[in-house]
Amino acid sequence: MRFVLEKRPAPSRLMLGLTPILAVIATMLAGGVMFWALGANPVEAIRTIFVDPLFDPTFASYSRPQLLVKAAPLILIAIGLSLGFRAGIWNIGAEGQYIIGAVVGAGVGLAFYPTESRLVFPAMVLAGAFGGWVWAMIPALLKTRLGTNEILVSLMLVYVAENILASVASGLLKNPEGRGFPGSRNFARDYPAASNLELLPGTGMHWGVIAAFIAVIAAYVLMTRHKMGFAIRLTGEAPRAARFAGVNPTRLVVFSLGMAGALAGMAGLFEVSGPAGQISIDFGSGYGFTAIIVAFLGRLHPIGILLAGLLMALTYIGGELAQLMLGMPAAAIQLFQGMLLFFLLAMDVFANYRIRLKTREAA
Amino acid sequence: MNLFKTLAVGAALAAGLAGTATAQDTTKVGFIYVGPIGDGGWTYEHNKARLAVEEHFGDAVETVYQESVPEGADAERAITQMALSGADLIFTTSFGFMDATVAVAEKFPDVKFEHATGYKTADNLAVYSARFYEGRAVQGTIAGHLTDSNIVGYIASYPIPEVIRGINSAYIHAKKVNPDVEFKIIWAYTWFDPAKEADAAKALIEQGADVILQHTDSTAPQAAAAEAGNVYTFGQASDMSEYAPMPRVSSIIDDWAPYYIERVQAVIDGTWETADTWDGIGPGMVGIGEISDAVPAEVKAEALALKDAIASGEYHPFTGPLNKQDGSAWLAEGETADDGTLLGMDFYVEGIEGEIPN
Amino acid sequence: MDLGQIDPILLLASLMVAATPILLAATGEMVVEKSGVLNLGVEGMMITGAVVGFAVAVNSGSPAAGFVAAALAGAGLALLFGLITQVLKSNQVATGLGLTLFGLGLSSLIGKPYEGIKAPSLGKLDIPLLADIPVLGPILFRHDPMVYISLLIVLGVWAGLKYTRAGLVLRAVGENHTAAHALGYKVIRVRLAAILFGGAMAGMGGAYLSLVRVPTWVEGMTAGAGWIALAIVVFASWRAGRVLLGAYLFGGVSVLQLNLQAAGAAIPVEYLSMSPYLVTILVLVVISLRGKHGAPGSLGRVFHATT
Repeated sequence: MRFVLEKRPAPSRLMLGLTPILAVIATMLAGGVMFWALGANPVEAIRTIFVDPLFDPTFASYSRPQLLVKAAPLILIAIGLSLGFRAGIWNIGAEGQYIIGAVVGAGVGLAFYPTESRLVFPAMVLAGAFGGWVWAMIPALLKTRLGTNEILVSLMLVYVAENILASVASGLLKNPEGRGFPGSRNFARDYPAASNLELLPGTGMHWGVIAAFIAVIAAYVLMTRHKMGFAIRLTGEAPRAARFAGVNPTRLVVFSLGMAGALAGMAGLFEVSGPAGQISIDFGSGYGFTAIIVAFLGRLHPIGILLAGLLMALTYIGGELAQLMLGMPAAAIQLFQGMLLFFLLAMDVFANYRIRLKTREAA
Repeated sequence: MNLFKTLAVGAALAAGLAGTATAQDTTKVGFIYVGPIGDGGWTYEHNKARLAVEEHFGDAVETVYQESVPEGADAERAITQMALSGADLIFTTSFGFMDATVAVAEKFPDVKFEHATGYKTADNLAVYSARFYEGRAVQGTIAGHLTDSNIVGYIASYPIPEVIRGINSAYIHAKKVNPDVEFKIIWAYTWFDPAKEADAAKALIEQGADVILQHTDSTAPQAAAAEAGNVYTFGQASDMSEYAPMPRVSSIIDDWAPYYIERVQAVIDGTWETADTWDGIGPGMVGIGEISDAVPAEVKAEALALKDAIASGEYHPFTGPLNKQDGSAWLAEGETADDGTLLGMDFYVEGIEGEIPN
Repeated sequence: MDLGQIDPILLLASLMVAATPILLAATGEMVVEKSGVLNLGVEGMMITGAVVGFAVAVNSGSPAAGFVAAALAGAGLALLFGLITQVLKSNQVATGLGLTLFGLGLSSLIGKPYEGIKAPSLGKLDIPLLADIPVLGPILFRHDPMVYISLLIVLGVWAGLKYTRAGLVLRAVGENHTAAHALGYKVIRVRLAAILFGGAMAGMGGAYLSLVRVPTWVEGMTAGAGWIALAIVVFASWRAGRVLLGAYLFGGVSVLQLNLQAAGAAIPVEYLSMSPYLVTILVLVVISLRGKHGAPGSLGRVFHATT
């Protein structure tokens, strides 16, 4: 007698909705044990992470908008990634595309310093998207022309991008008035025309948040209503059938990698001109990798990604509050996030498979 | 745009009021760290000073901290949350937190902020830093005496004024006691990467250096020197006394405790004012760690005499005659460097070989 | 600038030490990828190995015990990855990234009591006679035991993959899991074994950092070494011999640039640092120009037995 997994013809809708909730509960239990072992009150710790950012009278008015700020780049990048992932195209180099987008966009902005023209910010956004797109086109072209593995090329290009970032932060884009320290001029503080500030104070809404919402809606429409969305889904689910149906694989690769790159590049630009403020050596803070996690937590579905991005942001901000209010070490929060991911990913199995008890050995 | 700005100011004021409303009888002091408190160097010392504040004031002061805060967007949020939580005084302890600290200070006019190693001040934002180059002068003196190969290795982090000052100060004083001394400098482009720091130390040792100075934060170079044997090192930021008496023969210790205690007291007394503090050995912000017995007694005496001369203000480590690397005159006989030049230092003094990157 | 100050013999010897952690981790990851699994959690397993190895070595006074414990710790973390990806069939890329996060957090919690402590020394193992050979002796035969062990492991992996039945099965599973399953091989079990091996190797690589190369425990001390190991596997196009070459090349570039700087050469550090990755991309392009894919056919795909 043993358990076997039986693949469902289509993921169970009930389970798709239920498993994230189960995973969060399981994380709370396991995390609670960890917090208890560290000498903290587990209930208080869990409440601080999941509830305080939303409802605590002292913090909520600030943290709620911050959730959007933190989630926006994750969602924007994850939406782009999900297009390729659904078609079986594995771009894991979004971090590099994010960095290059920020560098190119910031470079364009700084080239016009100190203009007051209203055109400079839109030009930077375009340049950021272009930078990310170009960086993603390298693996795309190598894949379509030569059949080179895009997972690995895109990952290698992250390291290259990080070195380019370090180079421009302490060279080409260095703030000439920065007293010799590495880092560019601060867009948010010293360059109003090129800055991406809150559009309405206290809401957290900046152009990047708006772009993320637009991306969610556009991706939803694309995947459900557009021919390209159909081609993507078909290629992912039945590659051979897709070829018979006349889907052009080259176009698909170029489209999905290009979109992912452009969105990641834009995310980088919105971040550098707003919340981060400047190009610095440590600008790449791993959003590109975290977004991969967000894409999978959201089950590669636009709405799912929106929710997953917000959940990730919640654990970040709640984790910060737990450090601040309870003196929790940063490492405990990292471990807690790792647990959450494991539970969410592990419980995916219930959505995609049926678990059967078999009394005799399967053939 | 103007409308947004007006609104922004209004919201900021409201937020600022909310921040102070939660403040209680005890004074709450916050610390934002760039690294983990266990880095054994920079952040470790700041945290040690935080614990000293707790011990000094007992129940009158409550401290909070957040470690490993990335520079950039996350920093501004971390500082804001700390202000919202009712902190009366917040120390942000990395240069990269500068603009974030300035931004949050604008929003919370009633909270006091102190930013380490930066240069932007406001009514409620003070800056503080230490004259580490004074300690480097003492190190340079010891290094110049100790080296047999006349090659001193220097592991530098980033080519910023603070690091360049340290190299110049150490070189000037090593040269003074040993005219044949030569400096080999490696730019590691990191503050903290133990494996790379160890490799850098090994590369220097293999090329003949028998004294290693470091301006990076981990103990890895100490360990590499211990492995090689017959190499002298100095602790950086922290005493690193676990490597004494050899290879670590002395150290520069960032002792933030006296300053933190003084500033917290000022907040309690209501006498806190913005300031631009740049203290050295004299006020105790830069400490010279115990000079071990591996150093000959007369060298030790000379080093301590130099330390005392610097502490009393009788001697300035950058005293002319000094030329720049290209041979052009910098300081005339008896002239001392002004703080402005030191703060923006982007040149080597005469005698150092190689170029500063970028 | 005087390049004559660089002693090539010492340079090569220290290059071998610098390369050993990434060599161990990359060899392990290569076996994992050969079985068709992509584990991006190398960094997390390495740093867990670093801290556990250090803690055990300090408490027992025996570096050897430290390495064994590090291998077990790495394998333990890998088991978690294996269960979630193989049994519960989650996505490998996301799970691997989660593993890195998990490992970084776990290691720093375990490591708190061990900050600022020195490790017991592993000592050198000068191989008698051979160590006295001029030039080659100091380069090759005056290292600590782990350098030799890592080379032996590479040799073993090479021979094992090429000449043994287990190696054949592993490769078959990685190339085409459906076909391998049809032939009666236990795909999941083979992969779990490979994943455990990869974890153990990554753990030992981490312990080499904390016990030999640095040697001390510092939070976050791997500083990206796990990611470099991943790059090396690609550079090596999944061949054991080339993993060795790749690890020495990647380790070599970093040691060389530090040596060049010490000798007074003005070098553009960033460009030199990015060069190994550009070379890796070039290698991938060359492989694909030859009409091969290079990567194991089933790399990263979920296997589910349908019959």
